[in-house]
Amino acid sequence: MKRTAFFDYHEALGAKIVSFAGYEMPIEYSGINNEHMTVRNGVGVFDVSHMGEFWVKGPKAFDLVQKVTSNDVAALTVGQAQYSCFPNGKGGIVDDLLVYKYEEEKYLLVVNASNIDKDWAWVSEQNTMGADIENASDSISQLAIQGPKAEAVLQKLTEVNLSEVPYYTFTVGAIAGADNVIISNTGYTGSGGFELYMYNADAGKVWEAIFEAGKEEGILPIGLAARDTLRLEKGFCLYGNDIDDTTSSIEAGLGWITKFNDGNKFIDCEYLLKQKEEGVTKRLRGFVLEDRGIPRKDYEVVTENDEVIGRVTSGTMSPMLQKGIGMAYINKGNTKFDTEIFIKVRNRKLKAKVVKIPFV
Amino acid sequence: MNVPENLKYTKDHEWVLIDGDVVTIGITEFAQGELGDIVFVEIETEDEDLDKEEVFGTIEAVKTVSDLYMPISGKVIEVNAELEDQPDLVNKDPFEGGWMIKVQVADTAELEDLLTAEQYKEVIG
Repeated sequence: MKRTAFFDYHEALGAKIVSFAGYEMPIEYSGINNEHMTVRNGVGVFDVSHMGEFWVKGPKAFDLVQKVTSNDVAALTVGQAQYSCFPNGKGGIVDDLLVYKYEEEKYLLVVNASNIDKDWAWVSEQNTMGADIENASDSISQLAIQGPKAEAVLQKLTEVNLSEVPYYTFTVGAIAGADNVIISNTGYTGSGGFELYMYNADAGKVWEAIFEAGKEEGILPIGLAARDTLRLEKGFCLYGNDIDDTTSSIEAGLGWITKFNDGNKFIDCEYLLKQKEEGVTKRLRGFVLEDRGIPRKDYEVVTENDEVIGRVTSGTMSPMLQKGIGMAYINKGNTKFDTEIFIKVRNRKLKAKVVKIPFV
Repeated sequence: MNVPENLKYTKDHEWVLIDGDVVTIGITEFAQGELGDIVFVEIETEDEDLDKEEVFGTIEAVKTVSDLYMPISGKVIEVNAELEDQPDLVNKDPFEGGWMIKVQVADTAELEDLLTAEQYKEVIG
């Protein structure tokens, strides 16, 4: 089992530790609801060092990234980041990821921890053009500082003017005494903030400086459990739940990162274009429970007459709404907003409604 | 860790307050801590006769669902209605406000099988 460079801090803070994607990770510190609301209203810090990082470099770098990702890499300028996915050649998704254009011929791909080996094998296999690729996952630490007060806290620690780093852009600079940190205006919470990529050797001093700087703002460490409720309230997909090897980006509502521009000849682009034009048989939708209860992954979605029309992929009690919310693949014909559906929760059948995401 | 001496316990981390042949049942401070923030308590067995170790309800934390087991056989005669709107009473006040059910005990001899506070402390280490 691996540990991140921040493990000793988690343990000292009394975090509940779980095994996740081969790492011992903090799932909860002070309580999921408190952590969730801290990020929505203030500022919280997540250790996300388990995420994977691949460098793609050299004159063939663009060709490889354009081929393996569904979004249009040609639209990126240096300093911009892009949400994307790796189509799997069979109409499914290998993983979702962030693509950073670091230099003219240098890209950083940030992938899910649980998929690092699979992604690395996939990207290597597709690298027929001979781009220079490097799996740097074990040498990079990552923190996500998220919430409406995140920028104010981080601004105390850097000369970089953070207000000049807009959403989905990044800069490379010194912060909290560490050099060459990627300071990225991205995150998985929908509450604003930054993600920092640093060398493992700098991890401790950056963590300590951030918590010192954030005292006034009531900064707290946040575990993986709240990371999940925060992303779900915003309707962000989680690989392994809402998207996987059997679901396409079109079915998942990720048409906006699936770009069919001339020149963007990525894997599965013809198949996905056909899906987009002809329509899909199932679609990922958000729903809110009207009855009391909590939907969870793999619960059935049924009609009033018990016809099975879908399957829940993610569900939770929303700390903001105080209602059960979830996402589900729902068959064509039942996906219109406001459609009444039912979720089979163990022995009960709970009334729910198809809604637009984000939930909050 | 608070383990009141006046209660009996089970390995499933439930506590039992004995008052003649009626017992009050809840989950321990240790159990609520392991579960984390409790968001839903579902008990639909009022007036039912249940055997020892049968499921009388479920408790949902944000990330997990756990069944609640009968520590003894008997009839569920009362359910804590407060938990419907305030499931977090189980977190805040597990041994008092967070009680779950009252049971008319079928066979008081079964009460002998419950753990003492000392024995339960060993269970949770």
